Amino acid sequence: MQKAISAAAAAALIPDGASIMLGGFMAVGAPERLIDALVARSARGLTVMGNDTARPGVGLGKLIDAGCVARAIVSHIGTNPITQQKMIAGEIEVELAPQGTLAERIRAGGAGLGGVLTPTGVGTMVEEGKRVIEIDGASFLLEKPLRADFALLRAHEADYNGNLTYRLTAANFNPVIAFAADCVIAEPDAIVPVGVIPPDAVRTPGVLVNHLVERLC
Amino acid sequence: MDAKELIARRVALELRDRMLVNLGIGLPTLVAHYVPEGISVAFQSENGIIGFGAPPPDGMEDPHLTDAGGRFISALPGAASFDSATSFALIRGGHLDMTVLGGLQVDGKGRLANWMVPGKLVPGMGGAMDLVVGAKRVIVAMQHTAKGKPKIVEELTLPLTAMRRVSLIVTDLAVIEPTDEGLRLRERAPGVSVAEILAATGAKLLVDGETPEMPIASPERVAA
Repeated sequence: MQKAISAAAAAALIPDGASIMLGGFMAVGAPERLIDALVARSARGLTVMGNDTARPGVGLGKLIDAGCVARAIVSHIGTNPITQQKMIAGEIEVELAPQGTLAERIRAGGAGLGGVLTPTGVGTMVEEGKRVIEIDGASFLLEKPLRADFALLRAHEADYNGNLTYRLTAANFNPVIAFAADCVIAEPDAIVPVGVIPPDAVRTPGVLVNHLVERLC
Repeated sequence: MDAKELIARRVALELRDRMLVNLGIGLPTLVAHYVPEGISVAFQSENGIIGFGAPPPDGMEDPHLTDAGGRFISALPGAASFDSATSFALIRGGHLDMTVLGGLQVDGKGRLANWMVPGKLVPGMGGAMDLVVGAKRVIVAMQHTAKGKPKIVEELTLPLTAMRRVSLIVTDLAVIEPTDEGLRLRERAPGVSVAEILAATGAKLLVDGETPEMPIASPERVAA
């Protein structure tokens, strides 16, 4: 862990064309300050990975609106008509993945596994181009791990060592992506001294976090 | 009573005490309003919570607490929250007793299509594929027809959600159970004849003797 940095400084670390994972489910638990900073610096050509593209004007939707995204790997775009328009116009490439498969591919990427075998998607369009593996008479798809250059997390509390907590449904993909990127930037709602967060309450160990976004004001 | 309420009140009778249930977005969420008296179920929302309840009063919503459709909810005493990998381990791993999902089409083998209309509507599958593969019971809750056309068809024209045969189809006209022999008509909606159901269905329906009228759960007591 280094000292806390501004959202703008964090966004400056992320080059155009980078791959980034973002926490958030319909923008709940999305790192909004980091997203705003990427929009402010007019990031371009990003590959984004997250649950969904939210709605225009919130969460990942803001990156879509501002033209920052070249490619999206998500489970759902139905609530964001702009993603659909840009996909049809060929401005954004969208890879749709079943939500549980997306979570497990990211988990595998962060856990050093060579892939996951899941029954989800067998016999559907999701199977196209993938290996089907039979184990004890049941069919599974081999889904490959996902990693990214950066993971942008939203947390509830961070301590000075980067240990993180989350609240309620704002956790979603955040604790999963924390393992799966070369550089992890966490945006906490509050930063507290070491020792304030009890060890059992830590859901993302601070060793995974490279940068914390500084306090709100 | 409108068609959606009828469907939700019939589906509610499939709930059993102590079940863990996931309700899809849209029509299926209405089922939570009609949980029969004396039955206690826990609802899971795949964005990471078991045991959620009605929306908080206006202005008291928690921005960190919504359902999978992004609507504000409350956490009931005893609720548990978790990340997305855990949520789908619950779903795929056989820990979810029942899911209720909307449908675009169901075929003669009882297989569901509900995640895209090529060239028109590409919302994405979200959690639907995992839910159909993993839940112990899969109930499809949908209108029987769309713009006058049957949604229950011999062959799907829309992309499949999963190979798995669903457990039950509940519509505004009928309750249909997919079986090894084919789609079996189990119940008809109040005031609807078997002939009307057959005319509105694009797949072969097996009809055994008299088809009883569908029972429905009591009207809403307290919002779940």
